[in-house]
Amino acid sequence: MTDESFDAGRLDDTLQAIVDGHARQPGQLLQILLAAQDSLGYLPAAALTAIARALDLPRAQVEGVAGFYSFLHLAPVGRYRVLFSDNITDRMLGSGELLDRLCNKLWIERGKLSEDALVSVDTTSCTGLCDQGPALLVNGRPLSRLSAERVDRIAELIRGQLPLADWPSEYFRIDDNIRRRDAVLAGEWPAGQALRAALGRGAEAMLGEMKLANLRGRGGAGFTTAIKWESARRAPCHGENGVRYVVANADEGEPGTFKDRVLLSSYADLLFDGMTLAGFTIGASQGLLYLRGEYAYLLPALRDNLARRRRDGLLGPALCGQAGVDFEIDIHLGAGAYVCGEETALLESLEGKRGIPRSRPPFPVTVGYRGQPTVVNNVETLCKAALVALKGGAWFAGLGTKQSTGTKLLSISGDVETPGIYEYPFGVSVKQVLYDCGAGNAQAVQVSGPSGICLATHEFSRCIAFEDVPTAGALMVFGAHRDMFEVARNFAHFFKHESCGFCTPCRVGTSLVVNCMDKIANGHGSQYEINEIFKIHRLLHAASHCGLGQAACNPLFDTLQKFRPAYERRLRSLDFEPAFDLDQALAAARQMTGRDDADAHFGLAARASGVDS
Amino acid sequence: MSPLSILLDGLPVPFEDHQTIMDAALAAGIYIPHLCHHPEFEPQGSCKLCTVKANGRYVSACTMPARDGMEVENNSPDLNDKRRTLLQMLFVEGNHFCPSCEQSGNCMLQALAYELEMLSPHFDQFYPNRPLDASHAEVLLDFNRCILCELCVRASRDVDGKSVFALSGRGIGKHLIVNAESGRLADSNFALSDKAAQVCPVGVIIEKRRGFAVPIGERRYDVEPISVQAERLRPRRAGEEC
Repeated sequence: MTDESFDAGRLDDTLQAIVDGHARQPGQLLQILLAAQDSLGYLPAAALTAIARALDLPRAQVEGVAGFYSFLHLAPVGRYRVLFSDNITDRMLGSGELLDRLCNKLWIERGKLSEDALVSVDTTSCTGLCDQGPALLVNGRPLSRLSAERVDRIAELIRGQLPLADWPSEYFRIDDNIRRRDAVLAGEWPAGQALRAALGRGAEAMLGEMKLANLRGRGGAGFTTAIKWESARRAPCHGENGVRYVVANADEGEPGTFKDRVLLSSYADLLFDGMTLAGFTIGASQGLLYLRGEYAYLLPALRDNLARRRRDGLLGPALCGQAGVDFEIDIHLGAGAYVCGEETALLESLEGKRGIPRSRPPFPVTVGYRGQPTVVNNVETLCKAALVALKGGAWFAGLGTKQSTGTKLLSISGDVETPGIYEYPFGVSVKQVLYDCGAGNAQAVQVSGPSGICLATHEFSRCIAFEDVPTAGALMVFGAHRDMFEVARNFAHFFKHESCGFCTPCRVGTSLVVNCMDKIANGHGSQYEINEIFKIHRLLHAASHCGLGQAACNPLFDTLQKFRPAYERRLRSLDFEPAFDLDQALAAARQMTGRDDADAHFGLAARASGVDS
Repeated sequence: MSPLSILLDGLPVPFEDHQTIMDAALAAGIYIPHLCHHPEFEPQGSCKLCTVKANGRYVSACTMPARDGMEVENNSPDLNDKRRTLLQMLFVEGNHFCPSCEQSGNCMLQALAYELEMLSPHFDQFYPNRPLDASHAEVLLDFNRCILCELCVRASRDVDGKSVFALSGRGIGKHLIVNAESGRLADSNFALSDKAAQVCPVGVIIEKRRGFAVPIGERRYDVEPISVQAERLRPRRAGEEC
């Protein structure tokens, strides 16, 4: 820690400008912290004190927020901060070996800052580039399609201290990879067209079309959008200057999901039209786009787009010349917290707080952002709403199935020939999807990410629809050669990392299941651990505060039901095995002395030296 | 019109508008196990000990509004089994050594463990490293015992108007912090007379030089199980005799 190196005067000047730039609003705390870190490299203790003073907030509250988000750092992290995406699909493409390779080349240890404070290398949760992985973030910017050669070159670039701007632009190329187009992706959607259609219909009629369309939320839960909109429209605002809000949830954190990345990259006008007409329909004048920190690279283009819309009269006062119809959109950045995809945690984060899900009721449609009626919709949902405005509810309801109308964007990755985005009408069978993406030898498909369900081959005739297999859009495909135990273990670690820690069952339970899974992986597991996982699963399902905890053991439960041999072949005995391993306890001593010979091991391990992890 | 009531374990319990299941139960002297709830503060719903089944769904009694005719299951083997596991989770997550703890006998965590017949911690101990803060002249902070109930956070913010305490970190790394750049209690404006000094249900906030004023065996929950004391469940004030 070198707080002293920050000259107090310079620190104050820097932070003053940032805080002023955010109108000294405490609700902007997260955005202020992100900006402060951008300029200082990390968030030294003195900076937190200064920010707290400037915003008139308790310092502990500022520290509490800074300590919550993975992408905010309270200790120096180096001029080059490399984070490998740690989704199972990245792992399957060799990210683990590439991470080790980069660490070796740079002569550093994973997770530790290099002695010259130049670079740190670690992992992060899925970065939403599963279709072009393995991927990593360097200082927040995504790099795709890593290979051994590319990693070697990156090591040279870092050691040569070349600024990111001078790295080969090819490294930063992100493709849309759209493989199948239907209602949304097959169309051209000029900016403002859907908005004008909605304005022409009028708010009540637009709501009527939404009801006809029976559009359901594309974030996975499948709540009927028209009901949300109508509830918010009817809910009274609170206080003298109360206004309603429309929030677009672009915190696409579910591992294996990347459809919103493509919509934000290439269909942003459709999204902004959807947000604006949602505002018109519910009587809101302010929209907020919550963009996950991993997608910060999209920010400049999105801001340019908003500026263009303002110039064209599609944003701001008197939309399309209609007096009294105003709408403005602001973009907030997330900072590495999966739980913020939960709509009430997202609202907390938007208000500059720790991303802890709220207790419900009340629901956001009556008490949402800043206590006002708020509609929170998934990016894809809002794009679909724009289509309803353009083509009418009856047309939309004609697509898909009766209970699941319209189309769905699927993010397909894993063991397939052509990973990418596939748009299908709801009701398509998993088998058809697998055929189209070239998944020849699939043994399992994880639908809707770790919190969704894992399907085995005998279930591939099931359909993608809310009434059968609901999904937020991710399909991760696992070939016959994959180890489903390792898939589940990756997911268990993910939930432990992303638990917000608010409630006891999720905070402690996600660690306990990781301990069980690691014990099994290390060859010390028994039937006892499997029983424990089931027990914790039942508790988390019943007692967790939000969907994250409730779903945290789903992938373990599913794989234990469907791929039990993957677990059982690892079990040492069917009875109890102690967690304490004498040989493992010596690992630290071995590391310190640089020894790994037989005499440095105990018991069975001594006979097979070099087995130390 | 007949008064509003819920059916709590088959017993009609009246409630008023805007009351939660917990409010109704406390008013009726019926015990629903809880740690993070305190009638004087905004309900939080994080410890999940008060998990009940309302109309067939698991909910937190302290945050769920009561509704007329709601059927609530509280004292059942299934729920008590889940609560016991939650207690075991809290025990292994921190460092709880009851025999040497000044709060033994006055500790709600310990009292609940007796109440729900928790015979062992069951899970492997996490043994977190949580240094003490002995910087303050009158009060010692022993973070080893913290169960993250946020009662001190709420008391300091909502009653004392000081916000001396807050939470930082995430997930299993979540921890209590003090409102000072040094992180030390001595550098905050905390005082022994604060409400926050009196609400800790376990033994984190301990008054110095008052150890064992009441002998073990004669303390609050030594005398009577916690469920029997349902109607006077406020934590003991620092220095208050039993």
